[in-house]
Amino acid sequence: MSAITWTNVRSRVRESKIPPVYGILIVVFIAAIVLDAIFGRGQITSSTILTNMVVRSVALGIVAMGQTFVMLAASIDLSVAYLISVTAVMASYLMQGDPARVPMAVGAVFAIGALVGLINGLIVSKLKVNPFIATLGVGLVLKGILNASFETFVGAVPRSFQTLGYGTIGPVPISIIVLLAVTVVSAFVLSRTRFGAHLYAVGGSEVTSRLSGLRTDRVLIMAHVVCSLTAVLTGLFVVSRLRSGAPWVGTDGLYDLESIAAAVVGGTALSGGKGGVWGTLAGVLIFGILDTAFNQLGVDTFLKQVLRGAIIILAVVSYTIRSKEKAA
Amino acid sequence: MASISTTPREQSVWQRITASLRKIAPIYIVLILLLIGIGTQNPTFLEPAGFLNLLRRAAPLMVLTAGQLFVIVTGGFDLSVGSIMSLTVIGAALLINNDPVNTWWVILVLLGIGVVVGLLNGFIVSYLNVPSLIATLGMLLTLRGAGLYWTGGAPRGYLTDNFRMFGRGWIEPFPFIERFPYAVLVLIIVSGVVIFLFTQTNLGRQLLAIGDNPRAARLAGIPVEKMRIVAFVLSAVTAVIAGILQGGFGGVNPEAGDGYELQAISAAVLGGAVLGGGRGSMPAAIAGALALEALFTLLNLLGLPKPLRDAVQGLIIIGAVAYGAYRSRRIR
Repeated sequence: MSAITWTNVRSRVRESKIPPVYGILIVVFIAAIVLDAIFGRGQITSSTILTNMVVRSVALGIVAMGQTFVMLAASIDLSVAYLISVTAVMASYLMQGDPARVPMAVGAVFAIGALVGLINGLIVSKLKVNPFIATLGVGLVLKGILNASFETFVGAVPRSFQTLGYGTIGPVPISIIVLLAVTVVSAFVLSRTRFGAHLYAVGGSEVTSRLSGLRTDRVLIMAHVVCSLTAVLTGLFVVSRLRSGAPWVGTDGLYDLESIAAAVVGGTALSGGKGGVWGTLAGVLIFGILDTAFNQLGVDTFLKQVLRGAIIILAVVSYTIRSKEKAA
Repeated sequence: MASISTTPREQSVWQRITASLRKIAPIYIVLILLLIGIGTQNPTFLEPAGFLNLLRRAAPLMVLTAGQLFVIVTGGFDLSVGSIMSLTVIGAALLINNDPVNTWWVILVLLGIGVVVGLLNGFIVSYLNVPSLIATLGMLLTLRGAGLYWTGGAPRGYLTDNFRMFGRGWIEPFPFIERFPYAVLVLIIVSGVVIFLFTQTNLGRQLLAIGDNPRAARLAGIPVEKMRIVAFVLSAVTAVIAGILQGGFGGVNPEAGDGYELQAISAAVLGGAVLGGGRGSMPAAIAGALALEALFTLLNLLGLPKPLRDAVQGLIIIGAVAYGAYRSRRIR
């Protein structure tokens, strides 16, 4: 081992597979601590606030993992926000506060999710509809059916089910464990399984993959099913926090566009074939830090949105500016 | 996947008719069918006054779609247009400050804001290499926040009558049909200008070339970055115009333009534009926007509740695009 020098560390980081977004994550975190120490109450590093910061990121984080899957396949899913609403409403409607009905309700919403993902995937791969339009259309259909059936909060989840949102194992909230588990499983699938390798291949070049003998349609459909299932999991988490589902919980959270933004900030290319879930996790955490820091600093809610938009762009700029490739 | 064709060149009259029909963009047929559907439900819509009213209501989306098409054919998206519309309505109400004298310079200022937003979008995409989806999404969040910050969250102020004239006013008297909506006049002027720009100048061809193959376009000597910026500026300016029309029609509402960005993209795609760039027609895109509004009107006349209208809209957009994709595979 040679002496630890700056260049040494730099080259090591470059050789390792740590996505560059972690650099931005550290910068944002340090900036938040410094600003909070000067202008705020200097409590941002307390364990309660740090834990809350991560818990805040769980809902977006889970669905962003699924979004990463479809984006790696050069697709996109705009229907997730509506699917989150559908899940939240259906789960609380089916459970009606009765713990005995939890397994049935959870099974039902996952079945709905799988079906929606299958439909998205079939429309994109078999009918060759641009994924942006296909999933937007499916989202509108979900929204229409949901709003025609329910107007406001319906049903409730039983107290036991709220453990998902509020419970802890020792000092660690269960929700954080869920997010980490989803990330680890996703990362394993992407890097260690055949499906993961196929996903990168299809996203890199659909034509080449097809000519090499891959069933590209199946890979694409599978990616959409995975994405919808993560949206369902986010929906279940959201409803366990809210205790009852309403038709607007998914769209109000802007989960569709924010999950895409988190993945892009994390280094996943919209054109497919490049990126991964660890980057997405960092992207989601950056959003979490921003929200927490703005709250601690007492930034005006609307100004917060302005800064958020600007920082999303800046984060992406910070590495696109070096790349020679042209974006569209 | 092309099948080997052995048919001789001779064609029957029927084949020739279907062949020439196939050349017409399908959106016009869809539009005519929708208008017939509306006519059967409520014939007054097909009388001049009723039809002008339909056009007046459709004008904001039609103008917005025209601008969006410039960006779409280069292979990009502009998601910020809805928030520009909202900002226009909010800004007009605050700046005019209830004094009709202010209206004219305020409109100029708003158009100026549009140009600046378009320049920013274009600069971020062209020179900072940010994908347009993310760049304009960031702009959407920023502008939405800025608008709400400006008003403090609740709509304030009034839109004076001479400002609202563009959206809801009528030119009276007007030969033959008594009165003519200002919004349709604006629509005709804007459509004329954008169709001219798109089909009669180099701008349209260069934007299509960029969307088709940016590298080839650059090698052919097209200033790709600058042309992309021009597309975003045109899109933002039409969004301001759409905002002025929408504000006139609907009054002060800080969410006046929310959701319009996706409708405009859908409308352009209904009109045959291909997301990813390189293909699109300006008249067909504008017709697509009218078809979308006609669809809303028809579903309304059929008595469908608002939520189910969303569902039907979703199905029809998917169906239309799937049909377009199927057709283009057949032709190839």
